[in-house]
Amino acid sequence: MSMGNVERIAILRMGPFLLVTIQVDMHDQLALTLQDDLTAKIEKTGAKGVLIDISALDMVDSFIGRMIGNISSMSRILDAHTVVVGMKPAVAITLVELGITLAGVRTALTVERGMNILRAAIADQTDQLEADDADREE
Amino acid sequence: MFDSVLRDDYQNILNEWLAELQSAKSGSDHRLGVTELRSQGETFLSLLRDASKKGQLASGQGDSWLALQEFLERISSSRAVQGFTSSETAGFVFSLKKFLFAAMRRTSGANAEALAAETWKVTELLDKLGLLTVTTYQKAREDVIRRQQEELLELSTPVVKLWDGVLALPMIGTLDSARTQVVMEALLQRLVETESEIAIIDITGVPTVDTLVAQHLLKTVTAIRLMGADCIISGIRPQIAQTIVHLGVDLQGVTTKANLADALSLALKRLGLTVGKVKQ
Repeated sequence: MSMGNVERIAILRMGPFLLVTIQVDMHDQLALTLQDDLTAKIEKTGAKGVLIDISALDMVDSFIGRMIGNISSMSRILDAHTVVVGMKPAVAITLVELGITLAGVRTALTVERGMNILRAAIADQTDQLEADDADREE
Repeated sequence: MFDSVLRDDYQNILNEWLAELQSAKSGSDHRLGVTELRSQGETFLSLLRDASKKGQLASGQGDSWLALQEFLERISSSRAVQGFTSSETAGFVFSLKKFLFAAMRRTSGANAEALAAETWKVTELLDKLGLLTVTTYQKAREDVIRRQQEELLELSTPVVKLWDGVLALPMIGTLDSARTQVVMEALLQRLVETESEIAIIDITGVPTVDTLVAQHLLKTVTAIRLMGADCIISGIRPQIAQTIVHLGVDLQGVTTKANLADALSLALKRLGLTVGKVKQ
């Protein structure tokens, strides 16, 4: 398989955020490619937030579950807040049964709520920065 | 001899048997009407006659035999549902013995040898049919029990909406793996449908909490969090709080409240809502 033909999950940019919508069945290679692409893109664009929409994901195994967790942790290390949205009940139950609790990963029911969380997180950060600046000026 | 008896003495046997069935039935019993009982008796005896005429009784195979079997299965399952006991159900078949034997004695005359041999055959046959009714009866009863169990499972896990964005699940009864699964699925499904942000699990009605139950609760809480909603556990009685601590169950990271009212007020607070008295 040549590199040009590798299946990819699109990463869309929207302002300071990156949107990842998983619309196909995740398989292991796809998850690894996404991990590479997303980290590269965060670095390149300097995105402050990542929203991963898994509402179309029907099935997960332990690997994919761990990958979702890993991808969010990596984004956080790259200074981008991450929210996983739209997890289906069956997927949530499967992950719990597999013992994957995704501790530390923020979750939201819908894309809209996820965006609100990201916006709030960024606003907090800017407030913090402004406060710091103000302190320094004084 | 048996088939000839059934053929020649059919009407006598039928009349005597029906009279017996009718007299055995108590007058206050409304579960089965006299006409229905009579028609069941007639159908059974005529099916038995047909099967014996075709010689299918000994082999236990053939269309008439199958029709007989089917008929018995049908009436015994209907009796199970109507609330008859198993002996009442099987008695329907066994009560026929007396009249068949009497008819055979009339026919055989002095030939005791042949009568004894034939009686044994008929006894075997009727026992088989009687056991068939008992088996079917039992199966029907088990079906009833299973259905009731399922209904109970559904009944005991209602997901109720307390407020816009707040769902509550009042759990009643013992929590086992099967129930936790049903409860979890129902709650998560409703969370998606209503887009609620907060779920309250009330365990006032859970009699005991052991490590397994606590584990099930924690699983549910984790699944809710994974979906992107918050979970509050309420209705923890003093004894249960003691048990949880004694068992060493870690409920860190889970919001717990003593009663549902406290949980609801916390949920409203998180949603930025307040409830107050109307100013006069």
